[in-house]
Amino acid sequence: MNPGCRPWLRWALWAAIALLLLILPFATEALLGRSWVRILAVALLFVMLALGLNIVVGFAGLLDLGYIAFFAVGAYSYALLASPQFGIHWPVLVLLPLGAALAALFGILIGAPTLRLRGDYLAIVTLGFGEIIRVLLNNLNRPVNITNGPQGITLIDPVQIGGLSLAKTQEFAGLTFSAAHNYYYLFLLFALLTIVVSLRLQHSRIGRAWEAIRDDELAAAAMGIHTRNLKLLAFAMGATFGGVAGGLFAAFQGFVSPESFHLIDSIMVLCMVVLGGMGNVAGVVLGAVLLTALPEALRYIGPLQQRLLGEVLIDPADLRMLLFGLALVLMMLLRPQGLWPVRRKSQTAETADVS
Amino acid sequence: MSRGKLLEVRGLEVAYGGIRAVQGVDLAVAAGEIVALIGANGAGKTTTLKALCGLLRPKSGSLHYEGADVTGKPAYHLVRKGLSLVPEGRGVFPLLTVAENLAMGAYIRNDHDAIRNDFDRVYALFARLAERRNQLAGTLSGGEQQMLAIGRAMMSRPRLLLLDEPSMGLAPLMVQKIFETVRAIAAEGVTLLLVEQNARLALETCSRGYVMESGRVVLEDSAAALLASPRVRQAYLGE
Repeated sequence: MNPGCRPWLRWALWAAIALLLLILPFATEALLGRSWVRILAVALLFVMLALGLNIVVGFAGLLDLGYIAFFAVGAYSYALLASPQFGIHWPVLVLLPLGAALAALFGILIGAPTLRLRGDYLAIVTLGFGEIIRVLLNNLNRPVNITNGPQGITLIDPVQIGGLSLAKTQEFAGLTFSAAHNYYYLFLLFALLTIVVSLRLQHSRIGRAWEAIRDDELAAAAMGIHTRNLKLLAFAMGATFGGVAGGLFAAFQGFVSPESFHLIDSIMVLCMVVLGGMGNVAGVVLGAVLLTALPEALRYIGPLQQRLLGEVLIDPADLRMLLFGLALVLMMLLRPQGLWPVRRKSQTAETADVS
Repeated sequence: MSRGKLLEVRGLEVAYGGIRAVQGVDLAVAAGEIVALIGANGAGKTTTLKALCGLLRPKSGSLHYEGADVTGKPAYHLVRKGLSLVPEGRGVFPLLTVAENLAMGAYIRNDHDAIRNDFDRVYALFARLAERRNQLAGTLSGGEQQMLAIGRAMMSRPRLLLLDEPSMGLAPLMVQKIFETVRAIAAEGVTLLLVEQNARLALETCSRGYVMESGRVVLEDSAAALLASPRVRQAYLGE
């Protein structure tokens, strides 16, 4: 947003963005079909996840390759307490904070033993942690069946708001709100909340302390920053976002299994952060939306081959991931700082030699 | 514990894993003094400073600051008490601007009006920093970064400032400039403990000095006496 522009213009712009976000699912449905409304909802979940990881990686500079574990913790805590698995059906208003708190606890659990590690070493330990969570979820069906193992947990309760189930299609003011529409609006609310919290954190005393730790941990400690607590806080805050997103994911899908929480999923979220512009909230949002939409858009290359060449020459599934990888490489080559890097105040290039 | 000592260290030992980098250092700094700690590479000077300001936990020995036992107290405690370090190799935050770096120096304070005054004080001390206040610290020259590191430490309103190798990697003219400021800071009443490899410059600036070798203090005297000592002249002044 240009700070120089007049206030009414700013408000008009904000109003336009708000309106766009409100009509987006209907416009998308009309143009691309209902499956894309679902993709929009998923993209918003990834916005939450990427912003959570951005706190850890972008703000505090701690490379976390096991971030999806917090998503899993949130998803499974919701799934176990709102499904026939144990016959427990707690309300969403209890389960989301609970999932957030549990994820934060796991954030501290992984943060505490890794406080002295940085960079590659930290990445390896967090990667291991992420895998441990997934393997646990996969195997906690014996001797006592807790997670139902690889089959996962089904029939998870949808989000209910005032007796209204978001999983059911609603008619309102002549518009048809499918489940995807309903969840889109719910996730939009949470994503906006996540964005506001991220921005407030970034420009707070805590955010600055994180940046200092990222730039030079020893110097940060010499400034009187309590580096241990602030790093733990970064892990816990990032995990909280992941935990909330996980709970919402479980309710949205109605089904969770360990399959959703692979290393590749951690890497995808990290790609969103890095590709969007590490540390910049707007960039990370952009990265999350693009990287959710791109693999879906690449599904059209099958039909496209059919139309252009009259036959499907290359298996679309293979070509899809190939093109996706190529797109990642190209983006990083062309914009190494990310698509929308952190804006840096007046970087005067001239560094006159004073010595 | 003698009176009038701002900082008193007894039998300080610091180890990295099994390696004892500092093996029983005694030193004291009185309020208002400028004290030098000189010695060759690897003598344990930087390790000593890090232990003094709480960045490293001593293995044994005691640390008294302002008459209170602060042995093993972490840096975030000591900075609040007015003990600040300018780290070796400057340690500015490269992706923060000059002004943001200075603001980080005042991290432990919340007296906003006084902080604003201190910004002006630092900018008066280093006009170069005032010109570049919105520039990223990583784009400054080495000398400017050193000024910034010192200015940043001043933002915490230290009583005792620990300076680690302020002349490191700087051109001679810049070194002169940095040391002029060091004297100016001392003249404001800040007590200084200065670690330097440039022994002559350090001893010419300070009133007293300690010489470290392999983790121990081997000499301790007035700066003038150390400058005249044959041992120091031969080993550290290249004569």
